[in-house]
Amino acid sequence: MPHLAVSDVRAQYGRLEVLKGISLEVDRGEVVAIVGPSGSGKSTVLRALMGLTPITGGSVRIDGNSIDYSNRSSVREARDRMAIVFQQYNLFQNMTVMRNLTLAPIKIKKRGRRDVEQEARELLALVGLAHKIDSYPDELSGGEQQRVAIARALALRPEILLLDEVTSALDPELVNEVLDSIRRLASEGMTMIIVSHEMAFVREVSSTVIFMDGGLVVERGSPQAIFDNPENQRAKDFFGKILRG
Amino acid sequence: MDRIVAQIPEFYTAGNLILLAEAAAMTLAMTFVGCLIGFLFAMVLVYLRQTPGVWAIPLRIACIAYVEVFRRIPFLVVIYLVLFFIQTITTDASLFSIAVTAICIYAIAYTADIIRGGIESVPATQVEAASTMNLSRLQTMVRVVLPQAMPVIIPPAIAFAVAFIKDTALVSQIGVFELTFRGKELNNKGFSGILVFGTIAVSYFIISFPLSMLGQYLEKRLATPRGQRRTRAVRTA
Repeated sequence: MPHLAVSDVRAQYGRLEVLKGISLEVDRGEVVAIVGPSGSGKSTVLRALMGLTPITGGSVRIDGNSIDYSNRSSVREARDRMAIVFQQYNLFQNMTVMRNLTLAPIKIKKRGRRDVEQEARELLALVGLAHKIDSYPDELSGGEQQRVAIARALALRPEILLLDEVTSALDPELVNEVLDSIRRLASEGMTMIIVSHEMAFVREVSSTVIFMDGGLVVERGSPQAIFDNPENQRAKDFFGKILRG
Repeated sequence: MDRIVAQIPEFYTAGNLILLAEAAAMTLAMTFVGCLIGFLFAMVLVYLRQTPGVWAIPLRIACIAYVEVFRRIPFLVVIYLVLFFIQTITTDASLFSIAVTAICIYAIAYTADIIRGGIESVPATQVEAASTMNLSRLQTMVRVVLPQAMPVIIPPAIAFAVAFIKDTALVSQIGVFELTFRGKELNNKGFSGILVFGTIAVSYFIISFPLSMLGQYLEKRLATPRGQRRTRAVRTA
């Protein structure tokens, strides 16, 4: 049984259907990447999983248990087991780095402060920012903020980490520091769904790549198969443009 | 004019000055207490107004109606309404508490929009991030949104309260011993109206001006991002 099974999920913004029946499966410890042109619905998949965009059809199962996104406690459970990192970091601007990491674990997961703060220090060390623990987000660079955002998501101890174009808002020289942090997580066996435009990175860390276009999964397979020998014409065009462009 | 000059020594006696100082303190206390309580209630009102769900529609309408109605009623009418309404319930309510209640009711309506504007200035993505971490609506409001909205809310809220100091003159109509009431009293005692109300006018200015300076200072200070504010504080320390 897959850890996460998404089946025929549909979603719409107003009348615009952005997901037209998406299915994907993620095994424990697997890194699945979603790629595709802008507006193809990649980010919406992650937002729908977190209950931020309402699902109008299909099902989501974690360990075989279906999540009912119209039910509050079911959504809470989904958010308890998955964590998301946003393109724009979305760190709480009024809190220090430490407080950003510890707020939810202490207030929501009701864990002990000392234990949580110790773990927060370790997580910040993991992303190379142990010395920024008392800084406010506006004192950090974009890359640093994004690494803090990753640490904050990990502090929630999620089973599945969702990364939504986490390097897209960064200056080019800051991209690698963030990718390094994610590489480390992948090597430690973190289950992740990554939406990204960094094709070389996707090829390196993911075991399955899903190509989306127009709200549908157009092609899926290993990175080699998808990048080197795409069968679908739209996928061919897309990779032709970005890999040889 | 000669009459005014002649009255100056007998007007500016210690007794009269103490009387006016007490009246000024009364004006200030009424405004401060009324606006502060009003501000707190306004926060509750704004929060209730944003309650999601179909069942909360009457609640949302009631909150909107409160603001829209009280913003269109003259303050003097609110004062009389409160006075007569409270008098039907109890006969021993102090005039001060009646004045504070009226100020509070009025302040809620005006500060509610200021608070709503501040809350809306916080990016929706902050709320989204909080919701994905399972923070409740109230937790998100108290821990994430309000702290970021306060720099936007506080300067206009202070400006409102300061401007309101002078409007409280209207409660002299129900006999609260505040500045304008004492002015009328002294005028009735035979002191020149120009002398008395000139002094009252200066008193209002003396109370209000430093407070609006404080408001402007806070506006500048709060506009600085948190991190920079701290760095600067460390440097000047």
